[in-house]
Amino acid sequence: MSLWNKHAILEKNSIILVIGVLIVIAIGGLVEIVPLFYLKSTIERVEGVRPYTPLELAGRNIYVREGCYNCHSQQIRPLRDEIERYGHYSLAAESMYDRPFQWGSKRTGPDLARVGAKYSDDWHRDHLKSPKSVVPGSVMPAYPWLAETELKADTIADDLKVQAALGVPYSAEMIEKAVSDLKAQATTDDPDADALQKRYPKALARDFDGNPQRITEADALIAYLQMLGTQVDFKLYDDKANIR
Amino acid sequence: MVRARVAKAGSERGVRLPSRPGLSDMAQTITSQKNMTFGEVGAAAAFAALAVLSIVVAAKAYTPEYAFHAYLFAAGSLWAVFKILDRYYDRPADLPPLEIAGKPNYSMGPVRFATVAAMVWGIAGFAVGLLAALQLAFPVLNLDLPWLSFGRIRPLHTSAVIFAFGGNVLIATSFYVVQRTCRARLAGDIAPWFVVLGYNFFIVIAGTGYLLGITQSKEYAEPEWYADLWLTVVWVAYFLVFLGTVMRRKEPHIYVANWFYLAFILTIAVLHLGNNAAVPVSLFSPKSYIVWAGVQDALVQWWYGHNAVGFFLTAGFLALMYYFIPKRADRPVYSYRLSIIHFWALIFLYIWAGPHHLHYTALPDWAQTLGMTFSVMLWMPSWGGMINGLMTLSGAWDKLRTDPVLRMMVVSVAFYGMATFEGPLMSVKAVNSLSHYTDWTIGHVHSGALGWVAYISFGAIYCLVPWLWNRKGLYSTKLVNWHFWISTIGIVLYISAMWVSGILQGLMWRAYTSLGFLEYSFIETVEAMHPFYVIRAMGGALFLVGALMMAWNLWKTITATEAAAPEGQPALVPAE
Repeated sequence: MSLWNKHAILEKNSIILVIGVLIVIAIGGLVEIVPLFYLKSTIERVEGVRPYTPLELAGRNIYVREGCYNCHSQQIRPLRDEIERYGHYSLAAESMYDRPFQWGSKRTGPDLARVGAKYSDDWHRDHLKSPKSVVPGSVMPAYPWLAETELKADTIADDLKVQAALGVPYSAEMIEKAVSDLKAQATTDDPDADALQKRYPKALARDFDGNPQRITEADALIAYLQMLGTQVDFKLYDDKANIR
Repeated sequence: MVRARVAKAGSERGVRLPSRPGLSDMAQTITSQKNMTFGEVGAAAAFAALAVLSIVVAAKAYTPEYAFHAYLFAAGSLWAVFKILDRYYDRPADLPPLEIAGKPNYSMGPVRFATVAAMVWGIAGFAVGLLAALQLAFPVLNLDLPWLSFGRIRPLHTSAVIFAFGGNVLIATSFYVVQRTCRARLAGDIAPWFVVLGYNFFIVIAGTGYLLGITQSKEYAEPEWYADLWLTVVWVAYFLVFLGTVMRRKEPHIYVANWFYLAFILTIAVLHLGNNAAVPVSLFSPKSYIVWAGVQDALVQWWYGHNAVGFFLTAGFLALMYYFIPKRADRPVYSYRLSIIHFWALIFLYIWAGPHHLHYTALPDWAQTLGMTFSVMLWMPSWGGMINGLMTLSGAWDKLRTDPVLRMMVVSVAFYGMATFEGPLMSVKAVNSLSHYTDWTIGHVHSGALGWVAYISFGAIYCLVPWLWNRKGLYSTKLVNWHFWISTIGIVLYISAMWVSGILQGLMWRAYTSLGFLEYSFIETVEAMHPFYVIRAMGGALFLVGALMMAWNLWKTITATEAAAPEGQPALVPAE
């Protein structure tokens, strides 16, 4: 009985009630989130994960802008059918440079975590322009404007600079060359492609949208899609190495 | 506004009453030297500065979409400056008294505005939801236009129903309930208006932003950095107005509904700041990058996302339950002790539940297990609250037969019980491996959103409108009855279609042939969804029809010249 009466202290003092609520709601979040930042086992050590190239980052920003995450996940679960359908289950390390993450919550369309190199550039260009032309039963909207819209990326170096400040390992050189790297990557046989690939290993450099005359939003988006899930070489990756 | 003018005219007449005019003049000069208040000067100056800043940003913006938003900010700020000055010239020298003849002088203008806004946004949000549902059934409805494609429409729908409809319901009812239960006038002079207008301005920025492709892609937190900053300012004002009113209370105890409102306002502030910690690319760019990355960002997002459900859509609306159900049933809350346990257990346990959105992902197992454990435990306070709401009806159950408004609220609590049973079930990892990424989640969300949140809101609005506009009752009770049944059928169609499609698709994804190959390609599982997407859209259409009938009913209630319409009005036959 007396303990119940003590609750009146909270009911009669709004400031104490406010402080009480703040303490009670803080506990769960602190216990679950804070350890993720200092437990080393949260993100595996793997070879091959690198920051996005300027063109891939621009493509990723288009992926975000169009709300692709509303229907496509980028997170393969360690379940038999998913591994057979999509490939090796997703590692935390593979999204360590993702700001924000794009794991998604719904698969109206298939998972895209390892869509890179599964289809040709032409297939992607046609699919974005008219999904039903390559997948008749598709319910995906068409995105015909992507291949018609010039990619506006003259300020992409600003994006890299902000990410570098947040801890993404973009060097001063990468930031300085951002615009030229972007152009080199979207052009087939560009003389600067070697320098780009030195900065960003395994970066694919070619004209992605089938129109060499201009760099469009489709170039950027396809460049992004074609690299998804291809950074880690799972022939070399040891699943057991990270088991504690 | 009309009422304010009448009151002002009355007080002026009052001043002229004394027989000697000289005395009254003297009294006026002593008591009512008209000055701008500190708040008026400060707010006008702040808005003027914001207008200048917005124009500079608009001129140098990286994208035309962002320039458009900057111009909206400039126009809104200039309008605010004008309104503050205009109000100053029109208003009497003294601010409205806190009490008139010993009774609290309630401030209901902001409540009326937010109530109407809730209804308008609600119908818009339901209509956009119907469009999204139809787009999945008939993709040609995306019309190949950027601003109408599903990826931009879906966040518009979720934000419109959660934040525009739900948010306005919460602001309206919290401002009403806190005044009545504290027997005190709303704190602040301009502040309550700043809260309702500022919040709705945020909605406009967020909604137009999605259509123009401005999003940070965090579910239910899509608005970009500048909209988030604006919302932060509005939300702090909201908290201060609410707390200030509680501190003014004439009652010694703070009523239970206000605990829930307070927890909702505080926690949403914490979640909003944590999940939107982003650095803009430039003052002149709408784009920002979040300070968290990958797996940490995922957990911060779902810590936010699940507690947007827990505190925005649950704690806030439980406050409605604790005020409007006892009021309408004319019975006290069933158990005071249960409400204490309900409150603290609910807000403590909810915060832990976020990781159940990330089962079997790259999030560490220990976090997934913690999230699942607490989600299962959450079942208990949820049902404790449901029992407290339902049992409040004891001794008044007969009213369900005659009062469809009360029936709506009671059914909403039943839906709350159902959704909070289904939620813990789906948070169990084995179940989640089937349900996650499928329509089952969508169905679960809608049994909570349509059945619980919308129904308790509809019930509260049906109560509030006659109270706020001084009417004896609603224009037509029969129409409420129609609304209830039509939308209930809509909800049942919706959630059963999603159960079937979700479980069907989950099973198809993992089906194997006898030779050990995956049985279905992905597109075959998509094609199998079509009939259920059509049924779902029909359910959504019925729900929208019900809401339109409600809006008509409320409109007739407000505009009725007579106090109340007699029973037995011809009910409107719904258009189908």
